[in-house]
Amino acid sequence: MARTDVQLMLDVKAGDEASFDFLLQKYRSPLVNFLNRMVRDQATAEDLAQEVFLRVYRARKQYTPSAKFTTWLFRIATNLALNSVRDNRHHRMGISIDAPADGDDAPPLELKAREMRIDERMIERDRVEIIRRAIRSLPEKQRAAVLLHKYEEMDYGEIAGILDCSEAALKSMLFRAYETLRVELAPLVIQAAPVSRSGREGRPS
Amino acid sequence: MKCEDVEQGLIAFVDERASAAERRDVESHLAGCAVCRARVQEFRGVSNLLGELPAIEPSFGFDARVRQRVAAEPEPGWFARLVPQGRLALSAAMLVALTVWMLKLPPNRTVEPAPAAAPVAAASSDQDFDAVKDLGVLENYDVVTNMDALSQLVPTKTPEAPKPDANQTQSND
Repeated sequence: MARTDVQLMLDVKAGDEASFDFLLQKYRSPLVNFLNRMVRDQATAEDLAQEVFLRVYRARKQYTPSAKFTTWLFRIATNLALNSVRDNRHHRMGISIDAPADGDDAPPLELKAREMRIDERMIERDRVEIIRRAIRSLPEKQRAAVLLHKYEEMDYGEIAGILDCSEAALKSMLFRAYETLRVELAPLVIQAAPVSRSGREGRPS
Repeated sequence: MKCEDVEQGLIAFVDERASAAERRDVESHLAGCAVCRARVQEFRGVSNLLGELPAIEPSFGFDARVRQRVAAEPEPGWFARLVPQGRLALSAAMLVALTVWMLKLPPNRTVEPAPAAAPVAAASSDQDFDAVKDLGVLENYDVVTNMDALSQLVPTKTPEAPKPDANQTQSND
C-alpha cells in the first residue's frame, strides 16, 4: 500500500532519507512548473524549487501533519515565488525604469507597450509565448491563484489555505484574473471562439 | 440576480467545479444576461488557452543539486532538538539573556520621595535639594556647598541672617 505524503514526511522526520527522495521525485516537476510560470525563467524557478525542498528538509524535525502536505509545500513555494518576483521588480526598477525589456519578460511598466503588445506579439511570438506573458502580466497573487487552480487542480479550500485568504476572496481574485486574461488574450480567444463554441454546443450548460 | 452576484461562481462554472446550487444560480442568470453569456464563453476560451501551455521538465542535475544541498545541511544542535520550535528556542534564549542581564544590574537606587509639601516654599526647596544631593552626579557636593558664589548670592535675598547659606548647607549635611 502506497504511503501518503504525510506518512512519507513523518518518515523523513524519523530520519528516513529515502522518503525525502520519494517526495523529491513526486513533486520536482509540479514545483518547477509552478515556479517557472510564477517567475521569469527556468533557472530562477529551479533555484527556488531547490530552496523549497531544502526548507522542507530543514523543517522535518518540527513537522506536524496539521494540513495537507501539498498545502504546506505549495505555501512555501508561493511565498518564495512572491518574494522573488517582488525583489526582482524592485531590482529592475532600481536599475532603470526606461531600460529596454529583455526577451523573456514584458515590462508592465511601459504603458505605451500595452497598446502595441497584442499586434506585435501576434506577429513576433507564438501562441504559447503570448499565453505565458499574459499569465505573467497578472498581479502575483492572482497569478498564483490561477496557476494553482488551473495547473495543480487544487480545490478552492486548499488554494485559499495556501494564499491565506477566504474562499470568497479567492473566487473574486480568480474572477479578476480571468477578466484580465480575457483582455490580454482577446485575439487568441476570438480566434479560438468558433472552435470552442462548436465544441461545446452539445455540452449541457 | 445581478451580474455581480454570480461573478464569484463564474470560474467554477466554467471549469465545471461549481456546486449544484452555484451552477443553478449561474445558469438562471445566464438565461437572461447576454453580457455574462459572452463573458462565460470568453472565460472558456481563456481556460482552454491556459491548457495549451506545455509543461517543462526540470533540467538534468536538478535532483543531484537538491541532494547535494540537503547533504550539506548540518544536523540540528542539541538545543534545537531540545526545543524543536525555532521561534520558541529564540524566545527562550532571549528570556535567559534578559534574566542574566537583569541579575547583573547594580541594586536600583531609588530616590526617597520628598516629604509632604511644607507650607514654606524655602523648606520645600531644601527638601528637594536633600533628595537631589544624594545623586551620584553631585560628586563634588562639598566643593559646591563651600563656593563663595553661593554665600554671596543668598544674603541678598535674606539680609537679616548673616550667613544663612552656611547654616542652610550645614543643616542639609
